[in-house]
Amino acid sequence: MFEFKYLQAKTLSEAAAFVAANPDAKLLAGGMTLIPTLKQRLAQPSHLVDIGGLPELRGIEVKDGKLVLGAATRHQEVATSPVVRQVLPALAYLAGQIGDPQVRNRGTIGGSVSNNDPAADYPAAVLALGATIVTTRREIDAGDFFQGMFATALDAGEIIVRLSFPLPRRAAYMKFPHPASGYAMTGVFVAETKTGIRVAVTGAGPGVFRWSDAESALAKQLHPAALDALAVAAGDLNEDIHATREYRANLVKVMARRAVQKLLEQ
Amino acid sequence: MTKIELTVNGARHSREVEDRTLLVDLLRDQLGLTGTHVGCDTSQCGCCTVHVNGRAIKSCTLLAVQASGAEVVTIEGMAQGGKLHPVQQAFTDCHALQCGFCTPGMIMAVTALLRDNPHPSDEEIYHGLEGNLCRCTGYINIVKAVKQAAQTLG
Repeated sequence: MFEFKYLQAKTLSEAAAFVAANPDAKLLAGGMTLIPTLKQRLAQPSHLVDIGGLPELRGIEVKDGKLVLGAATRHQEVATSPVVRQVLPALAYLAGQIGDPQVRNRGTIGGSVSNNDPAADYPAAVLALGATIVTTRREIDAGDFFQGMFATALDAGEIIVRLSFPLPRRAAYMKFPHPASGYAMTGVFVAETKTGIRVAVTGAGPGVFRWSDAESALAKQLHPAALDALAVAAGDLNEDIHATREYRANLVKVMARRAVQKLLEQ
Repeated sequence: MTKIELTVNGARHSREVEDRTLLVDLLRDQLGLTGTHVGCDTSQCGCCTVHVNGRAIKSCTLLAVQASGAEVVTIEGMAQGGKLHPVQQAFTDCHALQCGFCTPGMIMAVTALLRDNPHPSDEEIYHGLEGNLCRCTGYINIVKAVKQAAQTLG
């Protein structure tokens, strides 16, 4: 690691002001991506501002028909929370599939969403459920938030405070995890919301995306077979040593089918 | 440099550390607790697993400054009064180790798993130990040891 100065933020506004004034400073929450990145010398921040322990970023509650999670809520807390398990079990399941227990004990939902790794799990749920990302400056719709590989609508010095998930009628997530890392080679989140069926895909493309053909087909017939006739274009998908883009295109369909099946079993 | 204070295996320590010091390096190099191993150094293998405030974490992926004020337990803190912890005893009885390199991390992970889920199924054991790799592939006996420890701990 290159040298940096570590600061423990006492308040959210202090952290936001510091990061805005110091463009080379980075925020640290769980550190499950940032610390490995620093160890490989892929980043050289001047300061690390630790916001992982801020009480303002914590909390799990249901308010006005929405599940509201503080940005520093850890994956393990989401996975085991009785509240999340009751009102949005698909999200608790998803959180329990991230990384491994040690990673889930540290990693946070706000960190995952603001990093927007193309193979992260949470972006699929955030986009499929049409969640709202509440920051220190504004509220951002999920549809506007994710902007491709590691890119988001967040401005410099803008911090996610909480995420607000409208509760769906039913929802399900299925992923094909990379056998070593656990990252989604492809993950599909299907939600039956008040405004219709929404399908979001992570891991397959350069960023999370909605599969609109599947949404239309499932609106007519909410059954795995409704997806049989659809073709997933491989052209824009990721290709690496783990899988070709054609393989990922097939996985999108397979995982979507399994997610729909799981949704119907609820 | 930052001054930190933390409790390790019940003993309070105060140290000046570079901000970039990893917890595992503090434990091994400054406190002499070399039972916590560094296997991969990339957050994959789990050999460096310790407990921080009762939760299993990978100490190669936590800064020492982040653990300031915390209660840390390492493998050296498991045996009490010369008696092995039930998880350690189960690993011995079931021969749940071959080369032994992953064992300290495995024992810390298993202890945390059984605290959250005292009677895990086979599937829950596999899922609960996903963060720990045994390069000798001695998983069969490790799973056996988890079950024995679960019985002993009730």
